[in-house]
Amino acid sequence: MRLSWFNITSLTLGFAFLYLPMIILVIYSFNESRLVTVWTGFSTKWYGELLSNQAFLDAAWVTLKVAVFSSTLATVLGTLAAYALVRGARFPGRTLFSGMIYAPLVMPEVITGLSLLLLFIGIGLDRGVLTIVLAHTTFSMCYVSVVVSSRLVSFDQSLEEAALDLGCSPWDAFRLVTLPIIAPAVVSGWLLAFTLSLDDLVIASFTTGPSATTLPIKIFSAVRLGVSPEINALSTLMIAVVTLGVIIASLISKRNFVREQHGGEGRH
Amino acid sequence: MPENVFAPWTDPGAEPLIRFRNVTKRFGDFTAVRDLTLDIYEHEFFALLGPSGCGKTTMMRMLAGFETPSSGHIELAGQNIVPVPPNKRAVNMMFQSYALFPHLNVWDNIAFGLKRDGMPKDALRERVAEMLKLTHLERFARRKPHQISGGQRQRVALARSLAKAPKLLLLDEPMGALDKKLRQETQFELMDIQEKTGTTFVIVTHDQEEAMTVASRVAVMDEGELIQVATPSAIYEAPNCVYVADFIGDVNIIEGAAHRASEKHYTLHWADGQAPLVAASEMTFSPAQKAFLAIRPEKVLVTADRPADAENAIQGRIHDIAYLGNISTYHVEVAGGRLLKAQTANTRRIENRGFTWENRVWLSWDATAGVLLER
Amino acid sequence: MRRVLIIIVPYLWLLALFLIPFAIVLKISLSDVAMARPPYLPQFSWEDGLGAFLSQLDFENFTFLTTDDLYWKAYLSSLQIAATSTLLTLLVGYPIAYAMARAPDEWRATLMMLVILPFWTSFLIRVYSWMGILSQEGYLNQLLLGLGVISEPLIILNTKVAVYIGIVYTYIPFMILPIYAALHRLDSSLIEAAEDLGCSRAKAFWLVTVPLSRNGIIAGCFLVFIPTLGEFVIPSLLGGSGTLMIGKVLWEEFFNNRGWPIASAVAVVLVLILIIPIVLFQQNQQKQNEAQS
Repeated sequence: MRLSWFNITSLTLGFAFLYLPMIILVIYSFNESRLVTVWTGFSTKWYGELLSNQAFLDAAWVTLKVAVFSSTLATVLGTLAAYALVRGARFPGRTLFSGMIYAPLVMPEVITGLSLLLLFIGIGLDRGVLTIVLAHTTFSMCYVSVVVSSRLVSFDQSLEEAALDLGCSPWDAFRLVTLPIIAPAVVSGWLLAFTLSLDDLVIASFTTGPSATTLPIKIFSAVRLGVSPEINALSTLMIAVVTLGVIIASLISKRNFVREQHGGEGRH
Repeated sequence: MPENVFAPWTDPGAEPLIRFRNVTKRFGDFTAVRDLTLDIYEHEFFALLGPSGCGKTTMMRMLAGFETPSSGHIELAGQNIVPVPPNKRAVNMMFQSYALFPHLNVWDNIAFGLKRDGMPKDALRERVAEMLKLTHLERFARRKPHQISGGQRQRVALARSLAKAPKLLLLDEPMGALDKKLRQETQFELMDIQEKTGTTFVIVTHDQEEAMTVASRVAVMDEGELIQVATPSAIYEAPNCVYVADFIGDVNIIEGAAHRASEKHYTLHWADGQAPLVAASEMTFSPAQKAFLAIRPEKVLVTADRPADAENAIQGRIHDIAYLGNISTYHVEVAGGRLLKAQTANTRRIENRGFTWENRVWLSWDATAGVLLER
Repeated sequence: MRRVLIIIVPYLWLLALFLIPFAIVLKISLSDVAMARPPYLPQFSWEDGLGAFLSQLDFENFTFLTTDDLYWKAYLSSLQIAATSTLLTLLVGYPIAYAMARAPDEWRATLMMLVILPFWTSFLIRVYSWMGILSQEGYLNQLLLGLGVISEPLIILNTKVAVYIGIVYTYIPFMILPIYAALHRLDSSLIEAAEDLGCSRAKAFWLVTVPLSRNGIIAGCFLVFIPTLGEFVIPSLLGGSGTLMIGKVLWEEFFNNRGWPIASAVAVVLVLILIIPIVLFQQNQQKQNEAQS
């Protein structure tokens, strides 16, 4: 099918709109001037300043810790929840359970953050890395659960029955058959949870204490007052990491795809 | 019956491999299987036949251990297997969807059950090789399920479920996903494998031809109950009710009032002004009882003149002809506007065929050609 | 036993960290402001019992929300901003989704990835990237001044317009994807049939394409409208003091004024407002699922 000029224009303008702001950001991160909007010359000095800024490095470390812990925990809990929702036929409070899985997806972050903060104060839990991890786990497990359950729904239940039939205990059937098959969904669930945690400003701001500042909180307080060249550099680094990650992921999945298609060919 | 024919069900001393004893299975308000009692013997190829929702799949899943009977019990080789979980039963199942593990190749799929049993490596390799050979899959051992054809997948599923040498193999619509030609080939292959391995097979199918082809005995089911359990020829030639006669193959059903004519013969008054039909019957009917004569189309002869020695003959007019190549089916309109079907083998080329539309013909058959049924 | 564990672990987690916290919000919204730590009364105590505790709760804070015009203006303005920007997102997103659905098959995977990719980069950074563009001495003004289109720099940053741009920019994937999914399923012979039956191009689009992508449009609109309503980051970075949005009001009430009971009441009302679009969205999704099966 050939595209009409109208469609070509829509795509060009659409993707320009999506990508130009970030491209400009990347370009101006190499600007020498402190006045971000005036180009005076190429320089990488803001990267140097960023990397020698201990506060930013500390925040990055906290963010990474929180993201790794919360996304791993969220993946375990979210997968369990998806399994319970799709496979667990009927149990008391099922409606409440599925409501609690879907509600955090549409709940404004300010409310999730506020309510968790009030809980942590109520039970006297010191706010810091632990409370952010708990908060992030709670909302990202719901995303994981949605991703995993959409895979489980299309999963042929007779595969599990076949495993039982061939002598597996229920746990072995899950470990040897179900888990390998839903693994791609579990991995994307983890990645989603990880990104959500890296990204989150609002919930982290509510649930953190003075001991733990995450990168988004740091960025937010820096940019509230206006554009800053260090933040441009930091943004560029973050965009680079994501782009690299997406490229690697797509290469891996392409290679797996190729191997799948030709895997059995060697033998005959 | 000759001595060497395999028919353990006629031997009162034979121990059945499987006994269903008054088994009922309810799902909420719905009764899938109702108070069902059935024996299946070793080395049998037993078919459960019926329309969807008749309870045949539920019976199979109870044998595999995926469903528990609401009441009654099921014995396998004399042991009650109701409390035994599926992974501890000497029963294996071939699934309708095949349920091949997509992340494992053919070899690993077949080896899966053997590995669960902790079989030593050498013995395992030997057993898998044997199974690959039996199902002609040697060349595809390293392929993933999505890299082979539907027919090959079906054979992998069979090899996988046979690998553990189960006492009993369950096959859930094993040929449902294959096209017609492949299905016929596979049916013979399946019978061959059953004979070679000596395993007891229980097959669930809604395809009556398939059941007739492969099975030593067929159980016709409807709404959770067994209607008739018999050999394929008995089911076809001597159905015990209109439902079975109608479900298996093509049949003419003529309704009327039965009157005793001699010890084993009845007359059936089926239409005013028509001579009554004569039918032999083992069953007894009270005078003027409502009865149904079931007669297969291929047992009805079509002639231009009334055959002199015919026990039953009806005159009619050809309404329609269905030409199927090897055979033709004539739809003949008889008294009361009723249509009867008669089949003839086309032993001559088409241009030499005798009858055409609107011809007046005689339909005739012997007293023993049909079965007189109560319901 | 294991089956029970599978259910009970995530169940208890969500009860403890989602439902109970929300119950606490509800309770505090019914309490009174107090100069204490934590800054509200009553505190539940076992000595007084539940009855005494409940009798001290009242709807004062909710009454307060209606009397102070900051709050109801913020709700109204949030609704208006969310609705306007949803409409804008639809206007920008639909042509892109349409062109994607019409693109050659071999482009589609790439186009899809290009739409999803920004979603994986930080939301905060995507909003921030517009600050440099829209500010008074920003790139847009430099460009327009340079081209001679304008003689005075436009004031966009810290206005509603900047908020609209920010919302359209960050939420547009949510609009494009469901519309694309609906258009992608659309059989192109339907358009040909409409043209064959005498429709002009434009008329065929209006009478066939748009109605058949209706579910995608509705889903996309809700997916933008619902999260926008409680948005905090965009109005605080791109909006000015005049851009009232309820998420920002709640944040300021809580952190700057320490008005916990008021903030809680604001949250409760926001949830009540959100229930309507969420229920409508659910119904639309259900209808769509039924239509497909």
